[in-house]
Amino acid sequence: MRYYAAFIYIFLYAPIALIVGFSFNSGRYAMDWQGFSLQWYGKAFSNPLIVQALTTSLTIAGTTALLSAIIGTLTALGLERVSGLVRHLFDALIYIAIMVPGIVIGISTLIAFVTLFNIVNPWLLAAWNFKVEMGLWTVIAAHVLFNIAVVCLLVRARLSGMDRSLVEASEDLYATPLGTFRQIVLPLLTPSILAGFLLSFTFSFEDFIIAFFVAGPNVTLPIYVFSSIRRGVTPEINAVGAVVLFTSFALLIAAQAILQRSNRKLKGA
Amino acid sequence: MSLAENVTLRQPVVEFRNVTKRFGEVVAVDRNSLSVESGEFLSILGPSGCGKTTALRMMAGFDQPTSGKVYIRGEDVTGVPAFKRPVNMVFQHYALFPHLSVAGNVSYGLRQRRPKPSPAELQKAVGEALAMVRLEGYENRRSYELSGGQQQRVALARALINRPAVLLLDEPLAALDRKLRREMQIELQNLQRDVGITFLLVTHDQEEALSMSGRVCVMRDGRIVQTGSPRELYDRPVNRYVADFVGKSNFFAGPRPDTVVSIRPELVEIAANETALPTGLVVTLSVKVLNRIFLGEHTEYRVAHEKMGEFMVLSPRKSERGSGIFEIGDTAAAGWRPEAALVLAAN
Repeated sequence: MRYYAAFIYIFLYAPIALIVGFSFNSGRYAMDWQGFSLQWYGKAFSNPLIVQALTTSLTIAGTTALLSAIIGTLTALGLERVSGLVRHLFDALIYIAIMVPGIVIGISTLIAFVTLFNIVNPWLLAAWNFKVEMGLWTVIAAHVLFNIAVVCLLVRARLSGMDRSLVEASEDLYATPLGTFRQIVLPLLTPSILAGFLLSFTFSFEDFIIAFFVAGPNVTLPIYVFSSIRRGVTPEINAVGAVVLFTSFALLIAAQAILQRSNRKLKGA
Repeated sequence: MSLAENVTLRQPVVEFRNVTKRFGEVVAVDRNSLSVESGEFLSILGPSGCGKTTALRMMAGFDQPTSGKVYIRGEDVTGVPAFKRPVNMVFQHYALFPHLSVAGNVSYGLRQRRPKPSPAELQKAVGEALAMVRLEGYENRRSYELSGGQQQRVALARALINRPAVLLLDEPLAALDRKLRREMQIELQNLQRDVGITFLLVTHDQEEALSMSGRVCVMRDGRIVQTGSPRELYDRPVNRYVADFVGKSNFFAGPRPDTVVSIRPELVEIAANETALPTGLVVTLSVKVLNRIFLGEHTEYRVAHEKMGEFMVLSPRKSERGSGIFEIGDTAAAGWRPEAALVLAAN
């Protein structure tokens, strides 16, 4: 069994290791090692197309993470207050949003947007001589859709682990409901909200499939990589891939660290 | 005595008038009327599920009565939420805010006031409150760095700093180990005397209620069975339930079917034979020793009599000087004075 396991891990991670390794190649060709160099990182970051794509991706990821953190937290808080059928229904919907493959979200949101545009655009044109079309905001909307579920799950896990008597203690000590939310609930939820923000950022930043369907003419970094691969894999692309990988890793580790640290604190209390 | 006279002149700090609380089909608190007098230490005593915690929560404002009225300092507060009530609570598991320091926890109530007290005022008040519970210099600690007993005292300081009309304590000692519990019992009593704030404690531990409080209210199935001083409850229980719950007792068939005769085990005299028993006993029985538990200053015997059945005898070591300790299987004489036997309602 151990050999199989090793083989599976090599199969999974060797390509990734190769991409990272060859991003430091000084040669011109992706798979022809000539020596160590950081030149392709320099080239990548001075390529206006890549910088443009990176800016687009960062804008989308940042906005998505912010909106998902806010809406997801509010959803979690709202779901704490309902019970029975409504709660089960929304619980199911949240899990579905996470489980549905990206390609399904991509196609279905594309169809939804196109249908919506066909309905509202004639009205908008008539009224304000203006129409809506695919752009950054459609990518953001589609990303927020499933990242809400991610944030919501994290915040709800935290809420359910929170001692209900903390809220009562705060009210007992004369804090208004809003004061209790601001001084007790929000600070205790902050680690999970932050972790949700970072995860949403990561998922949005590295997403290719959904963005590919609904980005319209915009090019995100994964879309740029995909389109340039058709012209052959260059060390420049390897460098871009390595940057995406490192960024995602860093954010995921940060999110995990925040969650673990705060859970230890809450348990120790 | 003078305290008792003062108390009668004042209006109750907290008053329940015919308060009922239903959770669906379950009646948690059933038509309770109760007055908590200013400056007293009152315990509500009862087994779990008797409605004592629900009663406490209705005083704090976390639950509202289904019917009836709650008054605090003569003012009708029925329906008023917790944050508007001048009472504070010490929670069973303390409920210290884990993201705040000890000072942040203790000053929490004062910081909700508008206008906000100045940092200097807060610092002074926190220092005094911590001194009161003997935790000077603990301001910057985190709650999770403290031991159970220290967390308990922070919770007390956090509540007392607000000088509440009444301090509500929900099984505050349940989470502490036995030795610490004894210390905290004494400390709570002293604290209550020093600060002069009314304490209302909820507990299922009869020893805790009897040792600390001036008055005890015994509850059962949502109803108040008896309220009185620990001594009254012990010496003059209104029924078998109170006699059984407050201390130990032997029960024998009463003169009527709905009555029982209750005799405290320590009021039963035991000796080697009838002539060795003290004089003035109304009943003397020849009994057989079935079991013996050595309790240090006392020995507890389980004995049997032909007609009366089995009962308990608590014999002080002092009285054993003549007779010596009895062995299992020994025959002995037991008896009691007329005033030891109480005829009580069976229910």
